[in-house]
Amino acid sequence: MRRYIARQLVQLVVVVLGISLLAFAILHVLGDPVLLLLPQNAGKEEFARYHRLLGLDRPLYVQYWKFLSSAVVGDFGKSWYADTPAFKLVLERMPPTIYLTFSGLFVALLIALPLGTLAALRRHSWVDSLCTTVAVAGQAMPLFWLGIMLIIVFAVRLKALPASGYGTWQHFLMPAFCLGAALAPITMRLVRSGVIEVMSMEFIKTARAKGVAEPMVVVKHALRNACIPVITVLGLQFGQLLGGAVITETVFAWPGVATLTVESIRNQDFPVVQCAVILLALIIVSVNLVVDVLVGLIDPRIRAA
Amino acid sequence: MSTVSAPGKLELAELGPVRTQEHEPERATLRRLLRLRWGVGAGVVLLVIVACSALATWIAPHDPLAVDIRHRLSPPAWMDGGTRDHLLGTDPVGRDLLARMIYGGRVSLVVGVVAVLMSATIGVLLGLAAGYFGGNVDWLIMTGINVMLTFPFVLLALAVIAVLGPSLGNMIIVLGVAGWPIYARVVRAETLTIREREFVLAGRALGMSHARLVFRQILPNLVSVIVVIATLQVAQVIILESFLSFLGLGIQPPTPAWGNMLGEGRLYMLNSWWIATFPGLAIFVTTLVINLMGNALRDWLDPHSKL
Repeated sequence: MRRYIARQLVQLVVVVLGISLLAFAILHVLGDPVLLLLPQNAGKEEFARYHRLLGLDRPLYVQYWKFLSSAVVGDFGKSWYADTPAFKLVLERMPPTIYLTFSGLFVALLIALPLGTLAALRRHSWVDSLCTTVAVAGQAMPLFWLGIMLIIVFAVRLKALPASGYGTWQHFLMPAFCLGAALAPITMRLVRSGVIEVMSMEFIKTARAKGVAEPMVVVKHALRNACIPVITVLGLQFGQLLGGAVITETVFAWPGVATLTVESIRNQDFPVVQCAVILLALIIVSVNLVVDVLVGLIDPRIRAA
Repeated sequence: MSTVSAPGKLELAELGPVRTQEHEPERATLRRLLRLRWGVGAGVVLLVIVACSALATWIAPHDPLAVDIRHRLSPPAWMDGGTRDHLLGTDPVGRDLLARMIYGGRVSLVVGVVAVLMSATIGVLLGLAAGYFGGNVDWLIMTGINVMLTFPFVLLALAVIAVLGPSLGNMIIVLGVAGWPIYARVVRAETLTIREREFVLAGRALGMSHARLVFRQILPNLVSVIVVIATLQVAQVIILESFLSFLGLGIQPPTPAWGNMLGEGRLYMLNSWWIATFPGLAIFVTTLVINLMGNALRDWLDPHSKL
């Protein structure tokens, strides 16, 4: 187990390094930060002065090393827009994003677990067809449109829920549903195929043979085992989930990291963008690692593979 | 132990759901046919959408940029205050929504197809290289895939567009360049297994070059997989393109695109729901039919696939 975790940790470091390189390259190779900082009519000397000031006249690998070594201790530079450290800005916006992500995950499971299980137990019935239809439609649905339609119906027409913002539990309903709806189709498919596979296994027959009630067979024996692929894939999908959170946050004006990132991109506030990108990547990779280890703990067969 | 349990196993198997197993293949065939029919239906709808955007100049009821200030924010024709002149209503400066939607399809379809062609090319080449050569090449490419797949694609595209500046060309490049990992991952996995097959070994024994082995012996076996992924990816790219345009980082107004129309509509959703609703519906229907077609294509090309 130790070696397994160590191997995953090495992978984590490599991926985070890769993402930091990507974040650095986007700004320094594709564009020139000074071009964004100075007014368009600034003279050549002014450009050169700023280049020296920001250390941009040094070779790229020196710059990257400097960026990386200060990033490790949480120093991503000051925001060019607000006069605060980028790290602090991003950290402040983290909790709403995390709450949103988890409530989205919760909604997805709330939809997917019962529907997927039912579809698996009654294959080719109307429940199964309904699931397939919902899944196909859900995968084609542009999240931001779904969000706007929800706002038009529930906030503008029915005046039942707040259209945007953050604070009370009512604020959570629409964004969480929106994000959950994005994740539900794939989760439902996984639950369905997982349950179908498990239900044909020997130990289900054993459980039935020894007289366990059918609901217990499904919940305790089948669903538990069907959960392993679901957890694995959901863990791997965490990045996509955060991507969905980016879209959901922008539609509902949710004060999370994603909104901050989109704002900073609009303001071309690159220290904040870089910081947000790297922190989000770190979270995604850690979640992946935790899921890997958890699954390895639950199911020893996977560790060997 | 095993001798004791073997008869028990048999008995239990007989007690098990034998009937459904007999019915399974029939039902599966039925479902496949049904799905194919859905696929054909979806294909027809897609063809209509493509034809509409291709022939936009002739069939659009108005010039998509023509401003009709007397009829600004007029609702769809069937509602109170709607006019026959503007079937789906107008936007804040009185431009015809239907005409803009018909023109808007062009952007989405062109971006979708071109970006997918780009990312498929890059992804297939990298996947072949990783699977065929293995070793360090494989490690490097796999790390690249992991990095790209870990990170939310949306954020990456946003960051790059912010530096390069929003334009049609930049958007195609970003979506095209960043979309490769999906292809690379699948192609690599397939290549790994095909590489060990007899016909490849035979080819190698005959002294074929690497290029010939990869492109003439291995690649033809992967075409159907690649076509299926590419079809499904067109839908994903269209959604992403719309989102970027929705945020104002894609196609710039006044050029009509479904995404930027939706973005504009969001500002007016309190009173004029139709501006945001119809372009979104267009995106939804387009991606839906592309997905249905992709699924049918997969069933048709690879009936044994469990996906």
